[in-house]
Amino acid sequence: MKTHRKNELARIELVLNGVKRSGTCEPRTLLSDFLRHELGATGTHVGCEHGVCGACTVRIDGVASRSCLSLAVQAEGRAIDTVEGLNNGAAKPGHDGLSDLQEAFRRNHALQCGFCTAGILMSCADYLARRPDPTEHEVREMLSGHLCRCTGYTNIVKAVLETAAERLGRPNGAALAPDEPGHAGVGPAEQALLPSA
Amino acid sequence: MKPQAFDYARPDSAEETVAMLADAGEDARILAGGQSLMAVLNLRLAQPSVLIDISRVADLNTIRKDGDMLAIGAAATQGSVEWRAGLAREVPLLARAFPHISHFQIRNRGTVCGSIAHADPSAELPLCLLALGGEVVLRSRRGRRTVAAADFFQGMLMTARAADELVEEVRYPLAKPGVRYGFEEFSGRHGDFALCAAAAVVGSGGIRLAVGGVSDRPRAIDLGNLAGSELDAAINDFAWELGAKDDHHASAKFRRQLVRHLGRTAIDKAST
Repeated sequence: MKTHRKNELARIELVLNGVKRSGTCEPRTLLSDFLRHELGATGTHVGCEHGVCGACTVRIDGVASRSCLSLAVQAEGRAIDTVEGLNNGAAKPGHDGLSDLQEAFRRNHALQCGFCTAGILMSCADYLARRPDPTEHEVREMLSGHLCRCTGYTNIVKAVLETAAERLGRPNGAALAPDEPGHAGVGPAEQALLPSA
Repeated sequence: MKPQAFDYARPDSAEETVAMLADAGEDARILAGGQSLMAVLNLRLAQPSVLIDISRVADLNTIRKDGDMLAIGAAATQGSVEWRAGLAREVPLLARAFPHISHFQIRNRGTVCGSIAHADPSAELPLCLLALGGEVVLRSRRGRRTVAAADFFQGMLMTARAADELVEEVRYPLAKPGVRYGFEEFSGRHGDFALCAAAAVVGSGGIRLAVGGVSDRPRAIDLGNLAGSELDAAINDFAWELGAKDDHHASAKFRRQLVRHLGRTAIDKAST
């Protein structure tokens, strides 16, 4: 049995974005605070602290979870992925090392203030791995676990569907480069969202 | 907000867990998925002095068929049941209810037994357990006892569990041939707490309807083989019996209307 006494600092070792890290915390320290304050991984944002807004979503052992509804002591020995680690292995030359999902978000202007984006990206990364070819309805349902008060979700949905289509090599999902004509208008991905398509 | 300070313990077995519970008494809380409990702690609505984390107890992380039941252990996550191949055949009502349970990020971590132990009146898992006539297995150092769902839920967040008991397993009856199941829910946003949820079990034995989110606990009624306007009238009586109250989410009148509409729709749309 493992025990930690209240008000005593516990030493926690975990694997953050593929790198072994350790730090100390009280038993009551939330994983979100441990990541930000102890390990300096401030990409994970804290919003409501009761599991509603989704800003603090990270992957715990590969699975999207709220880091504000987990204790740091529970993460002992586990693999935690945050937005800082999302670009690993998926970077393309000349694209700032962003992953394809992040590129799609940028291309579609799927964020405005960006506060909720880190959590949304972590949910999408997990979700697309399980459901590589989601419908628009499924993507919207998945995103209902996040609150974004800026963009109204439409561009986020486009970015997620575009990423799925790209990964499946589907031609009509091929994204327009930012300088191509028609980028600001109705692109192929948006046409795919129309009921008749 | 942040939780008040507490001692944290991570037992290695179910036996160790119940021994700890017996020693710590009412000051202890079981932490499984934490998707309800951590929010309660963050808001300081509860301030236990000991948390017993069972999320890594292997002998509680079980999902198995036991006779005509699907038995789900205390550490098994909702996600692991939801993504189980064949769930739609084994317990069709659960398969229909799962998408309404919060969001997938929460189901990834939340446990089935945790939702049952928490006994939120608008939660889907207690509602389905009651509709199907399932059971809750409670274990303490004194031994094990099995409580029927109808006796387990006693009021708003109140259950038949004693302070030293662990909800070790919940048992959902497997689908029976010729029986059909329906689930309907209305909430402000998909995944939010249900303003009203209805689960219907329709078979040769008659119609059973359970409703959550309206009363202080999930409630069920057997409607026999009623049909047409007689069925509507019986559901209307049930809607009034539930004692809906006005709050800032919905009026009592609206909730009664949801019971009538969702109740009838769940029965009509029941399919295997």
